[in-house]
Amino acid sequence: MHGTDTRGAMALPHPLDASDTVAEARRHMAVCNACRYCEGYCAVFPAMTLRREFSTGDLTHLANLCHNCKGCYHACQYAPPHAFGINLPQTFATLRQESYAEYAWPAGAGRLFARNGTILSLLTAALVALALVLTAAIQDPAVLWAPQTGPGAFYRIMPLWLLNGLAGSTFLFALLALTMGAIRYWRGTGRSGGAPLAGPAVLDATVDILALRNLGGGGHGCNDFDEGFSTARRWLHHAMFYGFLLCFAATTTGAIYHNLLGWISPHPFWSLPVQLGTWGGVLLCLGTAGLAWVKTVTDPAPVARQLMGGEYAILALLFLIGATGLLLLAVRHTGAMGLLLAIHLGLVLAFFLALPYSKMVHGLYRGLALLRNARERRAAGTA
Amino acid sequence: MPDFDRLWDVLVVGGGNAALCAAIEARRAGASVLVAEHAPRPLRGGNSRHTRNLRALHPAPTEVQTESYLEEEYWDDLLKVTGGRTDEHLARTCIRASQHAPGFLRSCGVVFQPSLSGTLSLSRTNAFFLGGGKALVNALYRTAEALGIEILYDTEVQHIAVQEGFASEAVLSHHGFPQRVRFKAVVASAGGFQANRDWLREYWGEAADNFQIRGTPYAQGRILKDLLGQGVQQVGDPTQFHAVCNDARAPMEDGGLAMRLDCTPFAIVVNRNVERFYDEGEDTWPKRYAIWGRLIAKQPDQQAFAITDSKAERNYLPSVFPPARADSIPELAGMLGLDPAKLERVVDDYNAAVRPGTFRPQVLDDCRTEGLTPPKSHWARRIDTPPFIGHPMRPGITFTFLSVKVNDRARVMMADGRPSANIFASGEIMSGNILGQGYLAGFGMAIGTVFGRIAGEEAARLARN
Repeated sequence: MHGTDTRGAMALPHPLDASDTVAEARRHMAVCNACRYCEGYCAVFPAMTLRREFSTGDLTHLANLCHNCKGCYHACQYAPPHAFGINLPQTFATLRQESYAEYAWPAGAGRLFARNGTILSLLTAALVALALVLTAAIQDPAVLWAPQTGPGAFYRIMPLWLLNGLAGSTFLFALLALTMGAIRYWRGTGRSGGAPLAGPAVLDATVDILALRNLGGGGHGCNDFDEGFSTARRWLHHAMFYGFLLCFAATTTGAIYHNLLGWISPHPFWSLPVQLGTWGGVLLCLGTAGLAWVKTVTDPAPVARQLMGGEYAILALLFLIGATGLLLLAVRHTGAMGLLLAIHLGLVLAFFLALPYSKMVHGLYRGLALLRNARERRAAGTA
Repeated sequence: MPDFDRLWDVLVVGGGNAALCAAIEARRAGASVLVAEHAPRPLRGGNSRHTRNLRALHPAPTEVQTESYLEEEYWDDLLKVTGGRTDEHLARTCIRASQHAPGFLRSCGVVFQPSLSGTLSLSRTNAFFLGGGKALVNALYRTAEALGIEILYDTEVQHIAVQEGFASEAVLSHHGFPQRVRFKAVVASAGGFQANRDWLREYWGEAADNFQIRGTPYAQGRILKDLLGQGVQQVGDPTQFHAVCNDARAPMEDGGLAMRLDCTPFAIVVNRNVERFYDEGEDTWPKRYAIWGRLIAKQPDQQAFAITDSKAERNYLPSVFPPARADSIPELAGMLGLDPAKLERVVDDYNAAVRPGTFRPQVLDDCRTEGLTPPKSHWARRIDTPPFIGHPMRPGITFTFLSVKVNDRARVMMADGRPSANIFASGEIMSGNILGQGYLAGFGMAIGTVFGRIAGEEAARLARN
């Protein structure tokens, strides 16, 4: 009567079995699964009702399925100061972080998630400094302040071979680390059951990701600030996400222009790469600044405080990439271009290096959790 | 510091759904409104914090309710559970107005959703609050604040001075400091007395110490007693309450809905002396839900134990506290503190009396016992598949039936039969007028919303004139 049998999943040992957070999440689920008032909020609760026992893998999956909308906290009759002390957003956020560390590749790299804000800041500072030093060392230090114009102006600051080498290698490394993490995550949260990994489930999950369907469900919004409903976080995340994609598209278009069409940057303002980059940068800055603002004014009770450093750091890094990109456009014909380009490239390199060890991995694991959830819903006939 | 010197149009005593509906309605009608909520802010909302739906009449399907639910059927349902202990005029007033309750609550920011899993039997009759009662309470308070209603938390109204049916002032404790409030009209929405153990002990003796109070610990009945002591007419049996079977390990107060156990129809239930005492398969939810608390309240030490096996486990909702599990009945008895030999005998006798049938958990099926006293009339299957499962149970009290008498304008009636000049009541403090015994899911919220709105409207009208 109550869906899929999950007892088989209990037998598999899991690296997070001994975690206090897992025990706390299991205690939370026992209360939530008997209460079920939050069923209308997001995918976590219908997924919970399919289970009776919660293996560590199940809990990790549910934690990563949680979009941190906080609806369940503000609606909870058992939230502190009630004796049960139910605080699912905080518990799941902590468990998500533990799972990021656990599944990080290579083994041991998970330690980078502790004091993540500090590590990210130091890395960023180091790479910006490196970019400046490299520029000055390889080229003439004067390029850092002398105006550069005409085709190939950027490559007089940093030669193309170095640019391609650094960007390519850090990007490929990030891709490799993320893929390894994804495989480890998928195995670690796996359980038998669910529809085959077919088109409809993939489509469901894709729509969930692109529309952020679980942030504010039926349009009533999330508890972004307090017990009132708002869609601010959803729209700000959209701005950041699509802004990021536009920036990525700008870079890709630029590469196509350069390598296939032989059109050498800088491109005119109305060209496709510059337009994509400009709007992407604007959206990225708006989204990241807005999300940081939401974090500072939100009710702190359901927030996992120890994760804030890393979250602010990645938002700041993305904001700086967007902002320096826009500034670069504004001053590209002046003597400030050289310095700014070096800083911008340093920031981008830091981002790619940090990617697998930052809050950014939530996108990957959330996506996989949504995919697993879409399969389960297809199999249960509730999609 | 709120203004304790001014003359308020309306004082609302209490902070649950009925109180807030009265406050909002009065404020929208132009009155100045002061709300005195006994609880601190995080625990505000009385028992409404633990609710999840509202029973609403509807002539056609709505966004959240299927088919239709009309006055006669609603009235019949009420008649069945109350056994006639109701006031037909007040009941029908409430039933008719319940049609507009979801719309009113929506206008206050409450979001509704279709029924939850495991409550499909209510998808037609009841509209569910997205996120449950606390989300509703949050929305009502936000609306009240936006309208300029003054809200005092941690403020208990201890006495309303009544002379010949006219209330002149209230004595209250504001963060522990004594204060007086003057008003033109007062709405009493301070709930029943179920959390007042001394009062329960007057009727139930020591057994009252074993009752779990499902809802707010602030339902002390102070204003109920205060008004009844000053010539207000009483209605409802003071000794009776609505109770469900709760997990024995639930907190003594404020455990809420998640503590209830709905395993009885798929189990046999014995008391501490290992004797069965009632037909576990008599009827479906919600009837069984409403009677088992009182049945257990009458057992020795107010304890009972549901005994079942692994094949029944998925027929009922999971419990927060894990049940006892054992590979044999005597072992299970040992874990529950019961006599092992006796429990084995009771289970053997029961198993021997089970007749073959087709098990259908959602309807009254033909799985029953023969020659067993008391019988188990439905869902009787042999308890024979380990691990065996045992849930310890206690009664969990939802609310008491004792109330102040009101008329159809929510005005409190005096013992001499005349209506009070300026005292109104809404919510559990007056629900005994309509619900003399038993319970219908979501009906408390219907009474609270409907009579809260009437009380607020009438109090504002009185203040204006």
